[in-house]
Amino acid sequence: MITTAVFLPLIAAIIAGAMAFTNTGDDKAKKARLDMMAQYVTCGGLLLSAIFAIVIFKDVALGGNAQTVQLFSWIESGSLNISWALRVDSLTAVMMIVVTVVSAMVHVYSIGYMSHDPDVPRFMAYLSLFTFFMLMLVTADNLVQMFFGWEGVGLSSYLLIGFWYNKPSANAAAIKAFVVNRVGDFGFALGIFTVFMMFDSVNLDEIFTAVPMKANDTISVFGGQFHGLTVACLLLFVGAMGKSAQLGLHTWLPDAMEGPTPVSALIHAATMVTAGVFMVARLSPLFEYSEVALSVVTIVGGSTAIFAATIACTQTDIKRVIAYSTCSQLGYMFFACGVSAYSAGIFHLMTHGFFKALLFLGAGSVIHAMSDEQDMRKMGGIRKMIPVTYALMWVGSLALAGIWPFAGFYSKDIILEAAWGAHTLTGGYAFWMGILAAFLTAFYSWRVILMTFHGESRADERVLAHVHESPKVMLVPLIVLAAGALFAGYIGYESFVGQKGVEFWGSAILVLDSHQALEAAHHAPFWVKYLPLGVGVAGIGLAYVLYMWKPAIPALIVDQIRPLYTFVHNKWYFDEAYDFLFVKPAFYIGRNLWKTGDGALIDGLGPDGLSAVTLNLAKRVARLQSGYLYHYVFAMLGGIIVLITMYMLLGG
Amino acid sequence: MNYFPILTLLIFAPLAGALFILAIRGEQEVVNRNARHVAIWTSSAVFLLSLMLWAGFDNTTADFQFVEQWQWMPAFNIAYHVGVDGISVLFVLLTTLLTPICILASWESIQERVKEYMIAFLVLETMMVGMFVALDIFVFYIFFEAVLLPMFLIIGVWGGPRRVYAAFKLFLYTLLGSVLMLVAVLAMYVDAGTADIPTLLTHDFPATMQTWLWLAFFASFAVKMPMWPVHTWLPDAHVEAPTAGSVILAGVLLKFGGYGFLRFSLPMFPLATMDFTPLIYSLSIIAVIYTSLVALAQEDMKKLIAYSSVAHMGFVTIGTFTQTVQGVEGAIYQMLSHGIVSAALFLIVGVVYDRIHSREIDMYGGLVHRMPVYALAFMVFMLASVGLPGTGGFVGEFLVLLGAFQVNPWVAALASTGVILGAVYMLYLYRRIIFGQLTKEHLMKITDLSGREIMVFAPLAVLVLWMGVYPSSFLDVMHVSVNNLIDRVETAQAASQALLAGR
Repeated sequence: MITTAVFLPLIAAIIAGAMAFTNTGDDKAKKARLDMMAQYVTCGGLLLSAIFAIVIFKDVALGGNAQTVQLFSWIESGSLNISWALRVDSLTAVMMIVVTVVSAMVHVYSIGYMSHDPDVPRFMAYLSLFTFFMLMLVTADNLVQMFFGWEGVGLSSYLLIGFWYNKPSANAAAIKAFVVNRVGDFGFALGIFTVFMMFDSVNLDEIFTAVPMKANDTISVFGGQFHGLTVACLLLFVGAMGKSAQLGLHTWLPDAMEGPTPVSALIHAATMVTAGVFMVARLSPLFEYSEVALSVVTIVGGSTAIFAATIACTQTDIKRVIAYSTCSQLGYMFFACGVSAYSAGIFHLMTHGFFKALLFLGAGSVIHAMSDEQDMRKMGGIRKMIPVTYALMWVGSLALAGIWPFAGFYSKDIILEAAWGAHTLTGGYAFWMGILAAFLTAFYSWRVILMTFHGESRADERVLAHVHESPKVMLVPLIVLAAGALFAGYIGYESFVGQKGVEFWGSAILVLDSHQALEAAHHAPFWVKYLPLGVGVAGIGLAYVLYMWKPAIPALIVDQIRPLYTFVHNKWYFDEAYDFLFVKPAFYIGRNLWKTGDGALIDGLGPDGLSAVTLNLAKRVARLQSGYLYHYVFAMLGGIIVLITMYMLLGG
Repeated sequence: MNYFPILTLLIFAPLAGALFILAIRGEQEVVNRNARHVAIWTSSAVFLLSLMLWAGFDNTTADFQFVEQWQWMPAFNIAYHVGVDGISVLFVLLTTLLTPICILASWESIQERVKEYMIAFLVLETMMVGMFVALDIFVFYIFFEAVLLPMFLIIGVWGGPRRVYAAFKLFLYTLLGSVLMLVAVLAMYVDAGTADIPTLLTHDFPATMQTWLWLAFFASFAVKMPMWPVHTWLPDAHVEAPTAGSVILAGVLLKFGGYGFLRFSLPMFPLATMDFTPLIYSLSIIAVIYTSLVALAQEDMKKLIAYSSVAHMGFVTIGTFTQTVQGVEGAIYQMLSHGIVSAALFLIVGVVYDRIHSREIDMYGGLVHRMPVYALAFMVFMLASVGLPGTGGFVGEFLVLLGAFQVNPWVAALASTGVILGAVYMLYLYRRIIFGQLTKEHLMKITDLSGREIMVFAPLAVLVLWMGVYPSSFLDVMHVSVNNLIDRVETAQAASQALLAGR
């Protein structure tokens, strides 16, 4: 069952991929048939996989029946012993549901969204391939298989961002995504090496059993003695930062919006980017023993939450706003993990998966209706033309802003309460950043809604004439996700973070007794519990004031704080800085090493120089061959004299 | 005991094929066709025979297997002695696999002097197999150096416009190393009184002598590898060589150095190895970072892949000298997978070169529109080259870095940056050739892979994935031999340390 659920998407991807290579020539009917078959195969595979995931969830998470399916051995070398295996416990089961359900919905949605695209089978194959890698990631029973899934989803992301390969911007964004992720993976890999150095194993179960015994071990790495688990966790966290687009390694995520919108919903909102959070939660038995690593996670999470939220307020591309919002929400999940409230982080991961996918697909529906326009300055006033999408965007935004009784209310609240409940300096920092970010979240969410759907339309006549509600095949998945955004919080609360939590998670997540943030969260004072809701409502109110009732004000404010606005609007100049610090120098140095290092120095002093010297010598030697007999006789005589002298000196 | 002389057959069957081709006479057309057919059938038969070698190989012993020994110059204790162990056997298979692929790849692109070309390739195969199975140091030396002759001819006769410059550069570099190595071989023979490699492996050379011997061998192996800074012959040789020449050069010849380190430097000069390990690390790290950056700036596809080879070989030297099981096995694995992947990438370049006759990256762009199958094949090998998990490229790199980290985390960390840079230059290359709009006039009629070309790439692609998903097929072969090698080296080093401490 588990094996089938994981490998169905791979099989579907291979079949659809083969269809992508079938040459149909000019036969339009045959092409349409082929497209439809690819859609059936992949959607069918994913829906089946999702059903299996639900059954597995019932068995594993609700029935407490965690299990591992061994497939076959992978890499064996010395004491290193890695197998392909599928490990399913409560944490994995939750992830499997999120991944397969959202993926299935995105597959179905894509039938409608990509209907005009000439490369349907290829797109469906990529989506299914991605799902396979994601499932391998979450079911890994060792760090290296996790790395396999990790890089695999990175590959799928690269392929999907660059799906429209005629666009240079899409190609550039695809490479950027892959390379920035590689920087993170560099940390992940070194983290795996450190773990192996300490535990002589990379298998999760073996590591987890041995952790308490090695909790205070120091190791000598990088020229010093350090607390081993701290080094390992920090390096692994660099990997998580890359994949989950945290501060510093976030630059690829907004650019990733070059891909088709269903991709943004699936990969860059609901699943792949949450892999980092999953990793930290999965490795909770390691992180728990390193206060330093947990503090770093908290600070990075809190900072990303506020940093990305500020940028989201100034962007005008509807997808980029949601992308920065994702970045910010991932920050919440991380600082939840940082204060040892892993289950709260995963809870938010799940609810966010539903409502953010909903928002992205809703935005896709808008973009589809507006003839591929993404700039909100050219939208407005279309709520009556696409009422269903409008209503669904409201659901998604309410959930994102954390308004009762939508899913985000439950999950965001418990995270903020836990941050407060940690009673640490870093927890406090994360709490206030989170509150501030919650205010901005509500603000930019309604900025999107108001700019897109309300007021006077700023689109041109031709586009407006075409505005239409999306077909059912696109709306049904939206409605399913909306149901998740509405009810997932209420339903999941008790099991994920409430009274039944201990029983629900079993041994999947470890929290030391000294880390009681989640428990303290339930006893938070009144103002802590209701502040997030309050700032959410305030943020919505502000958006109404600025974009509905007094639309002249935003421009005035921007004028007042022009330098700050420019700074934020340009995304804090991260791209420019990286370009200046890394990209340009790399090409410059590479060119110089080639021309000067290899060309002038090595070749110049080495073979070319040598041959020049030899040629030169040969020319002089040639000059000696004058052709006059007496020259030669003279030389011979000289030689004989030298020989005789030597003979006499040495022999005598 | 094994009475079937399988290794001798593997060595000399290609030579017999070459002699047969030499005897072909008649019309030019007929001669060409027959030469091609004899070459492909001979090399395919040799490959099948080598599969029997793999099947019959006993994974449980570190001893040399399929040994054949005949006196050659008994007065001097020199013998024709061949055999394989877990370190060399897979290199034999790599050689016998790539040779028929090279011949198939040259089917249409070589039209001049076909007969001589096929002879050169078969002779080359003889030399390469002989090098990997030789168990007498003189026999080894002869094969090791003789490989250069057919290679020199392949580049010098069938190469590009600057072929003579490239061929001589190759010759000049390798000559320098060879001379020193010959002196070292003679010195070893004098000291130990035998040329027999298994005996030499148990012989203790004096510590000071080890230093000189190590350096002499290093001079030769570093050039072959190639290590920085003696790598500059490689890009030129690759650029000028015909496609199949590049394939063999990158696929097999570059492995001579790595194999040499494992067969001679490590086990025979363990004390010197200990002293020189920091040198190797430094040069390898420079190679990885330096050549990756240089690769980024290339405008010629073949040069780019050539530079990437130098970077990948940097991983091999690091892994070899970590003296950990993971490091050494990773190094061997990296050589095998690089042998397949770089060979495939040079073939990939060859495909478009045959059509457009240019290797300039700027001449291409948007090929995916006309060549989807080609784009897929290129993608698979490109990903293997950047070491994506699930491909052969990952296993080697991962094991090497894992091994290196246990010994020296800085080495692992610095070398890992090469993994990031590798992704940059390969993806950038792929984008410029495959993606984008198809606007260039001369590409409008370009055709996708032919059936013959798919036959060349399909087995390589399958192998790359096989090596990534189930590496045990190959790793199991080397475990015992590698463990034995490391034990031997460590015992010798520990004994010397104890001696020093006892003084």
